[in-house]
Amino acid sequence: MNTKALADDTASQPASFAFLAQVILIMNSFIMLYPVVVMVLSAFKTTGEIFEHPFALPDFTQVQNFTRVLGETAMPTYFLNSIVVTGASVILILVLGTMAGYAVARYESRTNTFILLFFLAGLMLPLKLAVIPLFILLRDLNLLDSRWSLIVTYTAIGLPSAVFIMAGFLRSLPSELEDAARIDGASEPRIMWSVMLPLARPPMAIAAIQNAVPIWNDFFFPLVFIQSDQYKTLPQGLTTFMGEYTTDWGMLFAGLTIAAAPITLLYLALSRQFIQGMTAGAVK
Amino acid sequence: MPVSPIQAHTLKHRSWVAFLVIPPVVFMSLFVVYPILSAFAYAFYEWRGLARGEFVGLANFKEVLFGPTMAPVVWNAFLHNVYALIALMIIQNGGGFLLAWLLYKEPFGYRFHRLAVFVPVVLSTIIVGFLWKLFLNPNFGLVNQALNSVGLDALAKPWLGDSSTALGALILANAWHFIGFPTLVYLAGMQRIPSEIIEAARLDGTNEWQLLKNIVWPLVAPSTTILFTLLFIGAFNWFEIPYVMAGLDGSPFGSTDVLGLVFYRTAFGNQSASIQNFGQGSALATMIFLFIVVFASALTLWLRRREIQF
Repeated sequence: MNTKALADDTASQPASFAFLAQVILIMNSFIMLYPVVVMVLSAFKTTGEIFEHPFALPDFTQVQNFTRVLGETAMPTYFLNSIVVTGASVILILVLGTMAGYAVARYESRTNTFILLFFLAGLMLPLKLAVIPLFILLRDLNLLDSRWSLIVTYTAIGLPSAVFIMAGFLRSLPSELEDAARIDGASEPRIMWSVMLPLARPPMAIAAIQNAVPIWNDFFFPLVFIQSDQYKTLPQGLTTFMGEYTTDWGMLFAGLTIAAAPITLLYLALSRQFIQGMTAGAVK
Repeated sequence: MPVSPIQAHTLKHRSWVAFLVIPPVVFMSLFVVYPILSAFAYAFYEWRGLARGEFVGLANFKEVLFGPTMAPVVWNAFLHNVYALIALMIIQNGGGFLLAWLLYKEPFGYRFHRLAVFVPVVLSTIIVGFLWKLFLNPNFGLVNQALNSVGLDALAKPWLGDSSTALGALILANAWHFIGFPTLVYLAGMQRIPSEIIEAARLDGTNEWQLLKNIVWPLVAPSTTILFTLLFIGAFNWFEIPYVMAGLDGSPFGSTDVLGLVFYRTAFGNQSASIQNFGQGSALATMIFLFIVVFASALTLWLRRREIQF
């Protein structure tokens, strides 16, 4: 085989390959996005229109499904509960995770290894399977059927990964920074708060997103812990809502659209941080 | 007694460190360590509703594994978890690997395709489950309407109502939801391969398939290890998609029943009528947990051995 033939061969194969790759990628993106698009379009239709013309574009001025979901149903309550539960859990995870991570990363101590192993165990054990004792513990603490039952559970699940993310980052900061502050007479809490933590915002953002998305989307723990409609979060409330409007497909799609909107829009705006945060555990 | 400044300093130091460490450790002990240790203990007791009764040894485990009412249900569900694991390994992780390879070359529209593949991943499983339940509706669902409109009426089915297709439909809905995750993890793994290696292989005239099989696949082994381990844990904890799309009983006729549903029915089945069995539920949870720990560790060790340092 002469060199020209070899060059032709390597040039032509990638070209046909690139075409095939493009076709597969476009098809895949279509499959990924089209169901979401149909969900949004159907939310603007009446049930009859959905059944008759499933693929047609709707009249976008028809927003009565949305106004009914927000006005007639408990969806706004579910929404608020999700915000409170997710917000409080993420704040607790960041506060406790930073405390432990900082202590392990910035102070020499014989107990450090033990503490890290302790949190490593928490990282591996699926708390879902300990839901029965957790249920009884929360009942004894009088937290069952309250937002707190979810907040403490999510904090316990998210804390270990936050400790590792924070400790990993804080360990990489040079000790000259705190030594200089120490010579200036700054107290240890002040060094942590004013010198080190302002530098630790990027890992905090990663830990926050890594935890906020699964907490916002979780269904299992509310299903077990929450009975009262007033404390239900969005995924659990959605099952109640879907059960109430089974035959009104316009309402169903509007409910799904409203439930999906905040996280989808946030993802589109912050896709880099979302992808980084959500794959943080699996990408070195 | 006068205290030297250095000692005072270290004492202050120590109490500051203790202040930082104790709250998170206490929190973890109370809400993670204690429940998990109790979970094992609970399995050895008889339970009357929420009250703990007699110590019964291994009776709960025996009932779950060999009892006439529990055992057939548990083994049926276990088999479905295994099906889901194998199918998702091929469709979700295998598909993700191929998509990652296509994205790795940064073709036209790279950023758009990367954004699109991850959209379903951020959605709640509950939304995904309901969405596909509506799309798979026998009369008005998008899937059958699409088949009818292109003249393939014969293929239209009550996907979720037919016990031969229901589990497959659940698996595909799950793959739609999560394929973006392995795709982007593999993509990150491929981007870490030194580009000289791939260029050298190309210059040697290696074809696309050989490149993928002999060079890329072995070099992304660390990603494979973590993705297969996570999928293994996920497959045996599978709950939300079956719960939303097929219901608590794994209908039709138990064809979509999985261990997560059996566990939930056993432990929390009917709280208002207090038909719940914490003893058997704990025994089942303990066995699922041990199964996952043993096999996931073995899988991780086995997959680690094929990882190559570079």
